[in-house]
Amino acid sequence: MANKVQGWSRRDVLAVAGAGAVAVAAPRTARATPQEADDLVKKLVGGAAAKEGKVQLKLKDVAESGAAEAVAVAVDSPMTAADHVKAIHVVAEGNPAPGVSSWFLTPRSGKAEVAFRMRLAKTQVVRAYAVMSDGSVWTAKQEIKVTTGGCGG
Amino acid sequence: MAAPAIKSRIPAKAKKGEIIEIKAQITHDMETGQRKDAAGKTIPRRIINKFVCTWNNDVIVSSDWHTAMSANPFVTCYALATDSGKIKLTFHDDSGEVYEQVTDITVE
Repeated sequence: MANKVQGWSRRDVLAVAGAGAVAVAAPRTARATPQEADDLVKKLVGGAAAKEGKVQLKLKDVAESGAAEAVAVAVDSPMTAADHVKAIHVVAEGNPAPGVSSWFLTPRSGKAEVAFRMRLAKTQVVRAYAVMSDGSVWTAKQEIKVTTGGCGG
Repeated sequence: MAAPAIKSRIPAKAKKGEIIEIKAQITHDMETGQRKDAAGKTIPRRIINKFVCTWNNDVIVSSDWHTAMSANPFVTCYALATDSGKIKLTFHDDSGEVYEQVTDITVE
C-alpha cells in the first residue's frame, strides 16, 4: 500500500487526525495501525496495564459483512456497587479510525454485556477492554478476516 | 436521509431484580465522511455519536459511538429491573438532533 495518499503522507494524515481521534478531516481512507489503537486505548483506560482475561469478545473468525458485522462483548463481573465494570471499549486496529464504541455501565446495567454491529475496512485485529470499578483493566482481542471491506471507500 | 425511526424490543413486564435485555435499532445512514458522491465530492460525516438508556431518568448505560458503528445501528444492552416506570432510549446525532423513544415497563 502506497504511503502517499493524494499528496498527504501518512504522517500528515495522522497529524491532522490527532492522537487516536476519529479521522474526520482525513481525505482518504487512511488506515489505523496497532500503534494508533494503543494510543487511543491509553487515552480511554489510562496508564493501567491491561491483563488478558475476564473479557469475552464474541466475533466471527471470518466476517459475513464488512459493513455490519455482529460483535458482542461480555465481561465476567457481579455488577454490584462494590465490584462492577465501569466501561467497555472496543477498538479496531485496521479501520480508518481505531475507536469503535465505548460503553459506560453502572450496577443498574445488571449484566456487563453489550452487542452491536461494526464496520470492518479489512482483515484486522479487534480488541475489547473492560475497566473495572477497582481500576483494573482487562482485555481480549481477536483477528477477523474480511473479504469485502465496509467503509464505502 | 429519512427521519430516523427507533424500534426496540423491551419486555413489558419484569420481576424486581431480574436482568432484562434491551434491543434497539435506529434507522440512520451513519455517514462516515469517507465516501464520495457521484460528482467526487466527499459526503460529510453524520453519525449517531451517543446512545443513552435511562430507567426513570437514572442512566443504565451510556455509550459513545464512532464511525465504525454500522448504518442502521442495532444494539443490545441489559438493565436490572428495579421499579415500574419508563425506559428511555436516546440517540444523539452529530447534527445536534436528538431522537428518543420511551417505553413503559411494569416491575412486580
